[in-house]
Amino acid sequence: MKYAYFIRRIMMFFVVVLMAATLNFIIPRMAPGDPIGAVLEELRARGASTGGDAEDEIVAAYRARFGLDQPIYIQYLRFLSNTLRFDLGHSISYYPQKVERALLRALPWTVGLLAISTLFSFAAGSFFGAMMAWPRAPGFMRRFVPMFMVLSAVPYYLLGLILVYIFAFVMRLLPLGGAYSSGTIPRMDLDFLLDVARHGMLPALSIVLTSVGFWALGMRGVMVTVLGEDYLTLAEAKGLPDRRIFFAYAMRNALLPQVTSLAIALGTVASGSVLVEVVFNYPGIGWLLYNALRTSDYYMVQGVTFFLILTVAVSVLVVDLIYPLLDPRIER
Amino acid sequence: MFGIILRHIKSAISYTLRTPKLLLGLALLSSLLLLSLVGPYLIDVDNARPISVPTNRAPSAEFPLGTDSGGRDMLAVIIVGTPQTVRMGLLAGIVGVVLGASLGLIAGYYGGKVDMIISAATDTMLTIPPLAILLVVAASVRTMSVENMAIIIALLSWMFPARTIRAQVLSLREQPYVHMARLAGLSNIRIVFEEIMPNILPLAAASFVGATSGAILAGIGLEVLGMGPQRTPTLGMTIYWAQLYSALIRGLWWWWLPPILVLIVLFVGLFLVSAALDEFVNPRLRKTG
Repeated sequence: MKYAYFIRRIMMFFVVVLMAATLNFIIPRMAPGDPIGAVLEELRARGASTGGDAEDEIVAAYRARFGLDQPIYIQYLRFLSNTLRFDLGHSISYYPQKVERALLRALPWTVGLLAISTLFSFAAGSFFGAMMAWPRAPGFMRRFVPMFMVLSAVPYYLLGLILVYIFAFVMRLLPLGGAYSSGTIPRMDLDFLLDVARHGMLPALSIVLTSVGFWALGMRGVMVTVLGEDYLTLAEAKGLPDRRIFFAYAMRNALLPQVTSLAIALGTVASGSVLVEVVFNYPGIGWLLYNALRTSDYYMVQGVTFFLILTVAVSVLVVDLIYPLLDPRIER
Repeated sequence: MFGIILRHIKSAISYTLRTPKLLLGLALLSSLLLLSLVGPYLIDVDNARPISVPTNRAPSAEFPLGTDSGGRDMLAVIIVGTPQTVRMGLLAGIVGVVLGASLGLIAGYYGGKVDMIISAATDTMLTIPPLAILLVVAASVRTMSVENMAIIIALLSWMFPARTIRAQVLSLREQPYVHMARLAGLSNIRIVFEEIMPNILPLAAASFVGATSGAILAGIGLEVLGMGPQRTPTLGMTIYWAQLYSALIRGLWWWWLPPILVLIVLFVGLFLVSAALDEFVNPRLRKTG
């Protein structure tokens, strides 16, 4: 049944979102101590003196203010309704800025850097992978692509550190980090865009070098299967030109599962960005999360995490909803 | 049962000798093993603790890999840190695969409602980016140790093994010899352990290597973000300290480069072994590359 599939899939999406919100609620509360007590303890450690009775009153007042005196299920319901309306609370470090505002400001950097490099390595990797499985491919392809596959085992931020050292520190060709030169004001002119491109070069290169192999590996696997199909033998028997068989018959069909992975990879762009942005001081979502963790900005951490889970859930949902349209066999 | 296992081992050995990928991978991994086994006899590994040696020395005869700003001997750190990182990965890999394989076996063999629940849970968990959850959990845990970190990571690495093993069990369940065993009146438990389990061992081994490598990757990610065990000199923590004290722009390459190189050897070794095992389990991949 067509509708049953769609309805089940959409329900699963809501389950994931609900679970993500719930985990965000439960995990910080499983840690020993309560947030107000932790803040007081920190104040005391810094030398602030607090009286006995007065302290209890302060704690009680703050607990009431943050709703911590309510029964746990009321707290939970309130948290859920706020989260689902995308009201993620205030950042503690940048008070009174709202978490969702900070997220929206960081988002374009992450999407720009990661989406472009993901698309590029997808295109290059799929082509290389298809060539590897193709029996009439030039010989150098077969020796040159496995190198990328081995490289795909290396975490990209570690490669990124090496690249920064070589190109930015030793050769001084490219900037050490950041998204644009300090002192420039972000605006939409050519100079600024060139500056951004120069800064994005190394992080993008480290992502592309380590992910081309992943796409090539996946493409090769599917291509091997497709090449065994009867319609390919028929196409060859008909005497179609090689180029046409390769692109229109083999690669076209092998690309379908790859497109699924691409959509998911684009959805995980935000969560995959965390480490690369830390290594390159790139002011995107990952950098936001890293700084929030370092300064114990719990609302920011919860908000960013929820956002990361949400983006993945949405992209997986979109893929699953579109897939039956691309491949009619999936409808059962 | 032992006959089947023995046969697996025999074919595994002859397969290893015929596969350069597997041999190279195992060679890389054993070189790291050798380093951490022999290392402690060659140098004083107590110098991996902070303030044991002069700071910021470049590599020399006395300190082959130099020293960092905290007064640690980098060679000692590598020798002590490598097994710690591997131990974390193995622990998380074992827990993850045992958990995943059991769930996959149960779901695949019993089918029906049990399968539906387990599969739904697996699919749901697969769509949640692990790093996001790991970060929130790690930030809530007050003191992190190698073992806690392994357990936390393991709880998020059972999904892939569960899915692959479930699929395999689904097809094994319909094999004639399983039907025969059922007709012969064997109990479900005996069928699972004696007829099905030996046949999923190669697959479990392949997913174990994958899970271990994934666990190390997740662990290094946490450590580089500063969420790792503060007191243990693991490879990821070393990179974190180097980053924190701007070793890169101070030109102290001997601080951050060796742990990265060791990690690259480790990951490439695991990758080659796991690729070879995948080809062993799925012969169609053997033809190319």
